[in-house]
Amino acid sequence: MSDILNVENLNKSYGDFSLTDVTFSLPEGCITGFIGINGAGKTTTLRTLLGLAKKQSGNIRFFGLEMEKNEKKIKDRIGIVLDDGCFYDELSLAEMKSIISSAYTEWSEQDFKRYMEMFSLDPKQKINTLSKGMKMKYALALALSHNAELLIMDEPTSGLDPLIRSQLLKVLTDYMENGGKGVFFSTHITSDLDKIADMLIMINNGRIVFQEEKDFLLDTYRIVKGDAKALNGDVRKLFLGISETAFGFTGVTKQMAEVQSFFPDAIAERPTIEDIMLANIGGYKK
Amino acid sequence: MKILISNTSDSPLYQQIKDQIKDAVLKEELAPGDALPSIRAFANDLKVSVLTIRRVYEELEQEGFVTSQVGIGTFVSTGNLELLRDSKRRLVEQKMLDMIQTAKSLKISKEELNAMMDILYEED
Repeated sequence: MSDILNVENLNKSYGDFSLTDVTFSLPEGCITGFIGINGAGKTTTLRTLLGLAKKQSGNIRFFGLEMEKNEKKIKDRIGIVLDDGCFYDELSLAEMKSIISSAYTEWSEQDFKRYMEMFSLDPKQKINTLSKGMKMKYALALALSHNAELLIMDEPTSGLDPLIRSQLLKVLTDYMENGGKGVFFSTHITSDLDKIADMLIMINNGRIVFQEEKDFLLDTYRIVKGDAKALNGDVRKLFLGISETAFGFTGVTKQMAEVQSFFPDAIAERPTIEDIMLANIGGYKK
Repeated sequence: MKILISNTSDSPLYQQIKDQIKDAVLKEELAPGDALPSIRAFANDLKVSVLTIRRVYEELEQEGFVTSQVGIGTFVSTGNLELLRDSKRRLVEQKMLDMIQTAKSLKISKEELNAMMDILYEED
């Protein structure tokens, strides 16, 4: 399986914040989640990838094509949903659409109508009358109506209720079943990723922390609950994070086999992606 | 075909799925030539990553249980009856070895074991 995106040693800094040696790839056919806390560098990375911000160094290749030499061709094949939709508030949905659709060679009016109906959006409505959720759905309708091979989204679900979020996830899985080659979306709402992500990339302080298959993470990390009395210096090193109370400890570990030898009676559970994320940024403590 | 994934099992997700598919083939719940679900549909239904299903299908193909045709799908292997029968025999042999070991440690003789087997086989 080839990669639909390759990022190598991306570096960008401005003021206090830098992206440092950011390297990752998106395999074809996958929904990839980009996770990190607020301010970790998710939006900066996405904007730099899409050419909305300038990088200082690094290599970006979409579909095997260099971004620097093929920007227009590449952008034609990508659907974007960004937090700030960059829509003109005074225009109607239909008017905004005609501006946007003219930028794409494979615009499909039929697909657009279908999504507008699916999302119950009225084309005559003005953009500034849309709620947050409706704006996201509108942006998604536009992104999915030009036969894009890759969908890139920046925090598409933040601020949205669980119903809209589950509708969005369904649209994404349908997209992948019907010719979509990839979805890349950043979020800090990790419960959405528990449900549909295939691959996860985590960023913190402008650096990539890991890129792993979601199931590999769920198989390797464990939440362990046991007796705090047996926690000594060496054993503590086996855990990425420990939280202790008078009644016992809860820890996150990647080395379950070793932990088991120290705590044969401990309870071990599969973690959620949130647990894994917190453990990797030292947030799993009390 | 029934595939149930346990959240509390130690076994990795791909291993659980692979073992249950193999089980279904050996028990002939899946017949030779039967189509397995598409990778993405299967992943969605089981709520696992497509990469996991891809790996399951690849390993099952290497082990001779399924064959993949690009663009068409993945199907239970035909003409591999010897291999499958061998696997079935090996499964039973494994259980027998466990049983014999337990019997020996409890000082139960081969004759007693055979007598027990005769009775139990007729049950059900």
